[in-house]
Amino acid sequence: MLDASFYEKTDEIIEQHTREECSLIPIIQDIQAEYRYLPPELLNYVAREIGITEAKAYSVASFYENFSFEPKGKYVIKVCDGTACHVRKSIPILDRLYNDLKLSKEKATTDDMLFTLETVSCLGACGLAPVLTVNDKVYPGMTPEAATELIKKLRGEADAEN
Amino acid sequence: MGYMTIDGIEVEFTDESNVLSVIRKADIDIPTLCYHSELSVYGACRLCTVENDRGKTFASCSERPRDGMVIYTNTPRLMKYRKMILELLLSAHCRDCTTCIKSGECHLQELAHRMGVTSIGYENKKTQYPIDMSSPAIVRDPNKCILCGDCVRMCDNVQHVNAIDFAYRGTEALVTPAFDKTIAETDCVNCGQCRAVCPTGAISINTNIEVIWEALADKNVKVIAQIAPAVRVAVGDAFGLARGENVMGKIVNVMHRMGFDEVYDTAYGADLTVMEESKELLERLTSGEKLPLFTSCCPAWVSYCESHYPELVDHISTCRSPMQMFGAVMQEYYKEPKKNGGKQILSVAVMPCTAKKAEILRGESKTDGKQDVDYVLTTTELITMIKKTGIRFENLDIESSDMPFGIGSGAGIIFGNTGGVTEAVLRRLTDGHNRSDMDRIRHSGVRGEEGIKELTFPYKDREIRAAVVSGLGNADELIKRIKSGEAEYDFVEVMACHRGCVMGGGQPVQAGPRTRAARAKGLYDTDINTQIKKSNENPLTVTLYNTLLKGKEHKLLHRNME
Repeated sequence: MLDASFYEKTDEIIEQHTREECSLIPIIQDIQAEYRYLPPELLNYVAREIGITEAKAYSVASFYENFSFEPKGKYVIKVCDGTACHVRKSIPILDRLYNDLKLSKEKATTDDMLFTLETVSCLGACGLAPVLTVNDKVYPGMTPEAATELIKKLRGEADAEN
Repeated sequence: MGYMTIDGIEVEFTDESNVLSVIRKADIDIPTLCYHSELSVYGACRLCTVENDRGKTFASCSERPRDGMVIYTNTPRLMKYRKMILELLLSAHCRDCTTCIKSGECHLQELAHRMGVTSIGYENKKTQYPIDMSSPAIVRDPNKCILCGDCVRMCDNVQHVNAIDFAYRGTEALVTPAFDKTIAETDCVNCGQCRAVCPTGAISINTNIEVIWEALADKNVKVIAQIAPAVRVAVGDAFGLARGENVMGKIVNVMHRMGFDEVYDTAYGADLTVMEESKELLERLTSGEKLPLFTSCCPAWVSYCESHYPELVDHISTCRSPMQMFGAVMQEYYKEPKKNGGKQILSVAVMPCTAKKAEILRGESKTDGKQDVDYVLTTTELITMIKKTGIRFENLDIESSDMPFGIGSGAGIIFGNTGGVTEAVLRRLTDGHNRSDMDRIRHSGVRGEEGIKELTFPYKDREIRAAVVSGLGNADELIKRIKSGEAEYDFVEVMACHRGCVMGGGQPVQAGPRTRAARAKGLYDTDINTQIKKSNENPLTVTLYNTLLKGKEHKLLHRNME
C-alpha cells in the first residue's frame, strides 16, 4: 500500500491535465518524473480517475519502454547500443558497467538504489558515439575506463550529499 | 451501390462497408483470422489481402468497395502470401494440435490445412507462459494466442468489460489482464464471448467433462440433468443436421444412453421465473419502488451490474435464474428417499453459457448451504461427450424429456432469444391466450436482432414501458441513458451476449449470420409447435405451486442474499 501522499500528489498532477482518456500518457509521465518510476497502484488510480479500465492503462504503460513499474536508482544510466555506438564498441562499456555495479540484464538497479543501468537503441547522437547518458546528461566518446571513473565520481557526489 | 469484378465475375454491392463483405457475398470464403463483422476492423492478420487489376495488393477488410473495381482473390502470389502468413503465425504457436481442446473447431488449424501448410521451417522460440485456469468459466493459454485481438475488441468494444487487453510489444506482446493478474482477479463477467471469437485454443472453456463421466459410471450416484432452451437448437449442425433444428428429442435420448438418470427441461424453470418475475414487476409497479426492474436470468449481466453499477443492484430482480430455480426445486424434490432411491444426487445443467459455471458457485446459488446445481456443461462440452460415445446422433430416435419436470411452455422456450423473457412476461400479464393475443405481443417490438429494443405494452389502466438489451455494451449505453433521465422504463431485460443465449459463450463457435438466424428461428418455431404458450398455463407450474413449493416460494425461487 502506498502512502496517502502519493495519491495526493497524483490528484495534483491529474488536475493539471484533463480527465480524459487522452491524458493518460502525460499524466503518467509526470508521475514518473516525480518518483522516477510509475507505481502500479497509481496507474490503476489514474485509470479510474480518468475513466478507463485497468487493462487499457496497463496496455499503454507496458507498451512504452520508458515507463517502469520498478523503482529506479538515483542515477539512471542509459548506454546507447544503436548501430553507430555498437560498431564503436558500446558493448565493452556496458559489460564494464555491469561488472562494476554488479548488475545484469535481469537486475537493472543496485541494491542501494543509487544506479539503474539500461540500454537504449539510439540517442540520436551518433556523431558522439559511443555515448551514454546519466539522467539527462550526455557523456560522449566513452570508454570502459571512463565509465569506471564516472561511476566513482557519481558515488562520491552521492556520498557528499548525504 | 455499384458493381465490381471479383475473379472475373461481376458482383453487385449495396451497403457493404468493405470489399471483404462483397467477396463473401459472392460466396468466396476468403480467409480471415482477425475479422468479425461485429467488431471494429483491425486489419492485422492480412489473410484477406487481394490484388487489383494493376497488381496492387491490399487488405480487403479495410478497403471500401468502389464501382468498377476489379480484384482477384486467388492469384498465385496471394496464395503464396497466405501460406507464408500462416507459417509465420504457426512459428510462434504451440503445435500440439492433437491434444488441444479446440482441435476440430480451431480456425487457425482449419486455415493452415486449407492453405496447404504441411511443415513449418521455424523453431518456436517464444517464451512459454503459464496457463491461466483461475476462472471457473474460461481457460486462457497465451501460448496458443496469435494476437489477432478479437477477444480484446469483443471484451472492450462490444461488452465494455475490457478485462483483458494487449500488453508489452513486439515479440513480447501478450493479451493479458493488467499486471499479469489472473482472469479471476479481474472484472471478467465470464460471458465467454472472448472464447466465442477466439480463432485458436488460446481461450477455451474450463470443462467439467471428466467428472461427469465418472459420476455417470458410478452406480451410487443419480445424475439429473436439465437442458436449457438455447442448447437444443445448437447441437444438430455438429452432426450434419440442419442448423437451428430443435433436436431436444435426440439430446434426451443420447443423454439417457450416456447414463443420465433423468433429463429435464430448463424451460420449465423459465416458467417459474416468469411467474415470480411478473409478480415482482406488478409489486414494484404498485409501490413505484426500484424501477426499472432488471431481469436476473443472466449471471454475466448480474456480475457486470455488481462491478460497474453497484448502485443498481437493488433494481435487479430477486428471482433466481431459471437454472437455479430448477436446481433448487429439484434438490427439494429428491430429498425424499423414495425419490432418490438412496443414491447421491448430482445435478447437472446443460447450458449455452460459460457464466453459468460461475453462477452455481455463488453464495446465493445455494440452499441450506448446499450448491443447487453441481456442474454446468456447456453445449460445446455436451457435443464433445456425445462424439466420444460414437453414438450416431443424427440417426437417433427422439425421446421426450422426463417427468415431472419435462414440460415447458412456449414462453419458457423462447427465453433463449433476446426479448424472450420480456415476451414471456407480457404473455403472463395478458389475460387472453389465443393467437391474436400472442401475435399482438410478438409484434410489440420484443423480437429482432437489434441490441436495444424499446416497447410499450398496455396493462390494465396503464402502460408498461420496457426495454430489451443484449450485449453488455448495449446495456451500458442504456443504463447511461436511464441515469441521465433521457429514458425511463419499468422493465428492462438484459442478456450479456448479443442476440441472447442462442449466441452464448458456451455454444459451438464459428456461428455466422445464417446460423444465428436459424437458432433464433428454431426456438420461435418450437414455441409455435407448443400448445401451452403461457407459463401460468403450464399444468406443472400450477401443481408445483400447490404442492412442493407451498410456503417455500421465497426460499427456493429467490436469491438467498445473506
